Amino acid sequence: MAIIKTINLTKKFKDLTAVDNISLEIEDGECYGLLGPNGAGKTTLIRMLTAVSPVTSGDIWVMGKDLKKHPREVKAMLGVVPQTDNLDEDLTVIQNLRTFARYFAIPKEIARQRSMEILHAIRLEEKKDSAIDELSGGMKRRLLIGRGLVNDPKIIILDEPSIGLDPQARYVVWQKLRELKSEGVTQLLCTQNMEEAARLCDRVAIINQGKIIDIDTPRGFVARYMPTQVWEIDLVSGEREKVINELESRQLEYEEFSGIIHVFPKDNQLTEGLPGLARPATLEDVFFKLTGRTLAE
Amino acid sequence: MRPFSWRFFRLWQRNRDVFFRLWHSEGAGAIIEPVLVLLAFGMGMGAFISNTAELGGQRYIEFLAPGIIVAYAMFAASFECTYGSYFRMEHHYTFDAILATPLNVEDITAGEIFWGATRAFMTGCVILVIAAIFQLVSSPWALLIPLVAGMAGLMFASIALFVTSIVPAIYTFNFFFTLFVTPMFLLSGVFFPLSGFPEIIQKLSWIAPLTPVARLARGLFQGEFEISMLLALGIIVVWTVVFFSITLVTMRRRLTK
Repeated sequence: MAIIKTINLTKKFKDLTAVDNISLEIEDGECYGLLGPNGAGKTTLIRMLTAVSPVTSGDIWVMGKDLKKHPREVKAMLGVVPQTDNLDEDLTVIQNLRTFARYFAIPKEIARQRSMEILHAIRLEEKKDSAIDELSGGMKRRLLIGRGLVNDPKIIILDEPSIGLDPQARYVVWQKLRELKSEGVTQLLCTQNMEEAARLCDRVAIINQGKIIDIDTPRGFVARYMPTQVWEIDLVSGEREKVINELESRQLEYEEFSGIIHVFPKDNQLTEGLPGLARPATLEDVFFKLTGRTLAE
Repeated sequence: MRPFSWRFFRLWQRNRDVFFRLWHSEGAGAIIEPVLVLLAFGMGMGAFISNTAELGGQRYIEFLAPGIIVAYAMFAASFECTYGSYFRMEHHYTFDAILATPLNVEDITAGEIFWGATRAFMTGCVILVIAAIFQLVSSPWALLIPLVAGMAGLMFASIALFVTSIVPAIYTFNFFFTLFVTPMFLLSGVFFPLSGFPEIIQKLSWIAPLTPVARLARGLFQGEFEISMLLALGIIVVWTVVFFSITLVTMRRRLTK
């Protein structure tokens, strides 16, 4: 049974349809990715799923409960890791966790114990009594994730959990998310980072302009939409005409974008003699193919 | 309008914890000013006031004390639920974070207002104790003044949070304070009896919500009761119920889009 289910979910602002008739089903224990460009409706979707933003039409069911009728019960079961840092700056690291636990009506002693466990898990024990503004960006993000775990949620919803982090900090966050998955926590992961989606998600929904374009596993996407290898040609001045003519004559499928030509050769098509390099096809190639390369905003 | 639940208490606890963690930077200043005003005006200006018949035969500083208590209760609640709430809402995103927990907008709204009232209550307690130390308190009924300060706090916190729920930017609070709070401070019978004004102004001044509060506090301070104190109580209750209810709606509008 789906642990999160949306049925024809729609959100309209004045003259903008931010989420357009989205139906999706997230299975128990999976990491489900929402991949889309800015303004695709990811954050609006999350805000509706967490009962912060009222739906215009459609339904949301979380663990068999109707969100419209039982928003408090649903929120009590969710962990939320927002994109913007909204840690409580008036409180210390440990107070942030314990105060949050109190919002969930977790008894004091359990909250104290759980907060210490979380600090240990996110490696912030030494910063226990620090003020929030003494933390680095990576530490804050870890604390945000830790805070989302305070109520021991079955489901955790993450909005761009690794955005703005350096590679080291990003790997720590990914490691933590993999651990959660192995513990059976269902994850809904909103991201623009293709590598993140490919590494962490069991399934990915690519959304654009408020609509789901397609849903598949990261590998499934690449297999369905891409050849095994993509040929990438970085255009040097003067060569463009020549290269294009050659591609046309070989009837190769290609796309030109920001001074780079991507060639998508079919199995039997030859790429020998072309300038450039071959590389494995990625989810990013699929993403561009499905959402377009032009800026939506 | 949706109701709030007992969970508002969680936000109240949060604000209390923050206050007692930082009280020396916030709380001390909030007490020093009213005491200074009370002593400076009460003693300094009081020495020149001979017409004590208008003040019911008491010294000016005794007349002034209950007015100062409720006026600073008003300031405490108003600052807490304007600048304080606005910072939490728009700069620290504290409410956004809390909305992801079982608390809803109404719980947050009620928690903020009750916390504002608590600040007013605490202000009332401290200034009353200081007034007692200076031997300005004669009636045991004065012990009820912190309660009046708390009620006034509930009313002013409701009004202030209503303003917070509709302001476009933090600068807008300047209007609220210069056009609403400060005029009340000066013209609601805190510093001098309203009987000096023409009758029409006296009647009009009852529109300002600080007037009934000052009336009520002064009666208790002197231990003298009049029918107009019941009227004052009624006015405070009406203001509170109206603004508390409106604010539940306007805060939901502001926080959930």
